[in-house]
Amino acid sequence: MNFNKIYALGLRHIYLISNSLPRIIDLVYWPTVQIFLWGFISKFFTLSSEYYSNTVGIILTAAILYDFLFRVSISFNMMFLEEIWSRNFTNLFIAPIKISEIITSLTLTAILRALIGLVPAAILAIPLFGVSVFKLGLPLLFLLLPLYLFGVTLGLLVTSGLLRFGPSFENIAWASLFFLAPLGCIYYPIEILPNSLQIIAKALPLVHIFEEMRNILLNNTVNYFDIIKSISISIVYFILGVIIFYTSYFGAKQRGTLINMGE
Amino acid sequence: MFIQIKNLSKFFKKNLAVDNINFHIEKNKTVGLLGPNGCGKTTSIGMMLGLIKPSEGEIIIDNKNLDSLKRDDILARINFASPYIELPKKLTVKQNLEVYGRLYGVKNLNKRILEVSEDLNIKDFFNRKTGELSSGQKNRVSLAKSLINKPEILFLDEPTASLDPDIGDFVRSYIQEYKLKNQVTILLASHNMNEVERLCDSIIMMKKGKIIDRGTCKEIIKKHGRNNLEETFLKLARSKDELQ
Repeated sequence: MNFNKIYALGLRHIYLISNSLPRIIDLVYWPTVQIFLWGFISKFFTLSSEYYSNTVGIILTAAILYDFLFRVSISFNMMFLEEIWSRNFTNLFIAPIKISEIITSLTLTAILRALIGLVPAAILAIPLFGVSVFKLGLPLLFLLLPLYLFGVTLGLLVTSGLLRFGPSFENIAWASLFFLAPLGCIYYPIEILPNSLQIIAKALPLVHIFEEMRNILLNNTVNYFDIIKSISISIVYFILGVIIFYTSYFGAKQRGTLINMGE
Repeated sequence: MFIQIKNLSKFFKKNLAVDNINFHIEKNKTVGLLGPNGCGKTTSIGMMLGLIKPSEGEIIIDNKNLDSLKRDDILARINFASPYIELPKKLTVKQNLEVYGRLYGVKNLNKRILEVSEDLNIKDFFNRKTGELSSGQKNRVSLAKSLINKPEILFLDEPTASLDPDIGDFVRSYIQEYKLKNQVTILLASHNMNEVERLCDSIIMMKKGKIIDRGTCKEIIKKHGRNNLEETFLKLARSKDELQ
């Protein structure tokens, strides 16, 4: 891997963001709205629900973590879509950059984009609602890691779809996360789901991540087995995502869609 | 032979886009790839750029099969410009050249950016966003990007399409001048026959995925008893029998 090339591709997106104030505002705006919305819901539940009465901000913390996943995935998709929208696709794929370097660059830049939006929102939650996600301490990193991997995986799957089906797959890019959200048990325990859906949900890392988040906040203990389980599942999905991306890339080469991919 | 194409074919499902073509290009020569729309020019270039996988045949560059070469090794030695693909519109000209210079691993990048910018007269709008430029300006920026790595092989797809005669002439003159000063093999796809006559050492005519004629412009014009390449192109494009 050539890190100069990975940096170059990242630089393209850094320039894109830094050249446009509306883009920066857009990155910060949506996470902040989420924090406000879930902050007030969280406050209401804290006052009215027995389940949440012991721990202030459990829903808000879930909202922040879910938004991290959402931002990583959307950032990954957006950066790929930017190449399609700007009709730069051919230039990118004839440049001497390996597919693994493209994936690495998108993966690294996705977290940067996600953090630009989320860190100010997470900090804002401290004075506004008295909720600090940072109070999770070191386990926060263990929760963010599988979320990051899974967010990138969803990005890989959507971009694979874009390679396979072209720009018409764009709408799926926006819908992909909402499809998984009900099974992720982000705001409620897994027991809420019907038994059949619980089986599917357990195959996703999200359930284990958010169950563990609730465990930490409610019981003040860390179950490292669940954390390792969520990271392991995320790694399996990530590897699967990479394989699917490569398959779609070689399929696109067969079909000749790389040369005229555009709006 | 620097580029050798052997029995190259491409099927898109059941459609035969390129039908068993064979040709070679000597080092530092400019070859024109001509033919009516849909004749397989873009597909052929796509295969040579590694963007499209051939169904059959071989592409040999500098005595090495394209399939056996590492993708990034060969791509570092070639480049491509076309008005139909664009650089990121929201980045400035300078930022685009910097990004692509880094992707191509160009040494002394700032010096190289300055060189191509001065040569192609793009320094005046260096800090403007690429999407805000006129067609002529965008075209020169695209050409600058394609030369940023001093390619050994340059693929040009209609490099002067949609340009006014003045800018078109500037671009043609620049390509001629660049070729004199640098070691570069060029494959030029164009519908501008004057441009082809001016820039190309020889031409390949394609129709319905096949090569129907080849030779120098003078040879082909003479062979078909026409006055210029435009008339020859029309004769070949409209003929029912495929000539070889």
